Amino acid sequence: MSETIRTTSLNRVHREAGARMVPFAGWDMPVQYTSVLDEHLAVRTRAGLFDVSHMGEVAVRGRDALAFLQHITSNDVSRLTPGRIQYSALTTPQGTFVDDLLVYKLAEDDFLLVINAGNTPKDVAWIADHARGRDVDVADVSGRWCQLALQGPMAETILAPLTATALSGMKYYGFERGQVAGVTCLISRTGYTGEDGFELYGPWEDAERLWHAVLSAGAPQGLVPAGLAARDTLRLEAKMALYGNDIDDTTTVLEADLGWILKLEKGDFVGRDALVRQKAEGLTRRLVGFETEGRAVARHGYEAHHAGQAVGVITSGSFAPFLKKNIGLAYLPLPLGEPGTRFDVSIRGRLEPAVVVPTPFYKRPR
Amino acid sequence: MVPSDRRYTKDHEWVQVEGEVATIGITDFAQGELGDIVYVEPPETGKTVAAGDVLGTIESVKAVSELYAPVGGTVLEANAALAQAPETVNRDPHGAGWICKLKIASRAESDALLDADAYKALIG
Repeated sequence: MSETIRTTSLNRVHREAGARMVPFAGWDMPVQYTSVLDEHLAVRTRAGLFDVSHMGEVAVRGRDALAFLQHITSNDVSRLTPGRIQYSALTTPQGTFVDDLLVYKLAEDDFLLVINAGNTPKDVAWIADHARGRDVDVADVSGRWCQLALQGPMAETILAPLTATALSGMKYYGFERGQVAGVTCLISRTGYTGEDGFELYGPWEDAERLWHAVLSAGAPQGLVPAGLAARDTLRLEAKMALYGNDIDDTTTVLEADLGWILKLEKGDFVGRDALVRQKAEGLTRRLVGFETEGRAVARHGYEAHHAGQAVGVITSGSFAPFLKKNIGLAYLPLPLGEPGTRFDVSIRGRLEPAVVVPTPFYKRPR
Repeated sequence: MVPSDRRYTKDHEWVQVEGEVATIGITDFAQGELGDIVYVEPPETGKTVAAGDVLGTIESVKAVSELYAPVGGTVLEANAALAQAPETVNRDPHGAGWICKLKIASRAESDALLDADAYKALIG
């Protein structure tokens, strides 16, 4: 590794809080503060605060911004109105993922893309390359934005006293510009945990002020700082895909069971032909959720077996701290993808029984 | 927290010998590194192992790691309480969170392991 590891503007704060720090996607990040189980349960029952400033942000502006984003992503950007957000895929010509992302519509010709930290250089190059010859300006603004994710059923109660923005009227996948503890932010009702919550995008240098303000405001409600380990188990319970685990440039949007972010009727875009063809021919495999009965955890990369043959691969697997069972995601051949289907996972040379289950594993009560 | 009544390996396991019986566990440092332990795959009773052989597996939420036999011997007993409460290893790694007991031929192998001071120096 010749590249130096990067730090968010909260690195010192995490270290002082006693967080266990690990390298993640080229960043020195808090994986946990006290216990992944406690942090996970705090988010499900109260609230947790995550530093996710490592995420990349790309500004796309200009007269052709909408047409350009329609061309490089799978979802229908024309359905977005200012103040709304869309989950989408940056697709290859094969219909696989360059990345998954959030598209924020700031104004008619002004969008913000939020992308995975580990993919940022690749994505920025990809986007800039496809923007050539178009009246659109692409800028990597990752270094300007910190991002804090306040997640959990108490999130709104905790945030409300810190801002004049009317949070109760904000819809899921909507955002507003506002002040939080005196810091100008994009307040976004989004998250990667399966809970209600907000992602706050503020100036990089104001992260510490924002962090402390939110943590103190949430102390009476039991808010705790939470690390990337809990973020991973939370997103898995909610069956939210993780790039590099469940989706990548070898898995198509359809195979990943993300047909809802695929709008073939919107017109041509990168990968559309391949996806139309795959849809017509039928899928051979699909990402499905499963549970294992034994105590051993089926982890990323383990093989799925059926009738004496290796038939697929586990992409994510963990003990699910809230559901208190072992869950996972796997690409399985289509006939085996139906809930109730039994298969085995090869765990350290032993075949452990597993069963396909409906997803998401966890859905928050409304 | 490194008790001086036992020996340690560079793999962060401890061995406490009483007569012919060596009790084995992982250190407080090791449980801290692993994080919340959700499963301890126990070694098979009656199995004979040499020092360095895989004895079992410890799974935390984030990772899976192998438990190596710090000394050779025959597995007498695995800690049955861990089946229902694997988190005991996090809570009390040097006590109730012991993992298994081996019948050993001599103390020679365990005496050659790190003492508490040497282990403290290893983990800084």
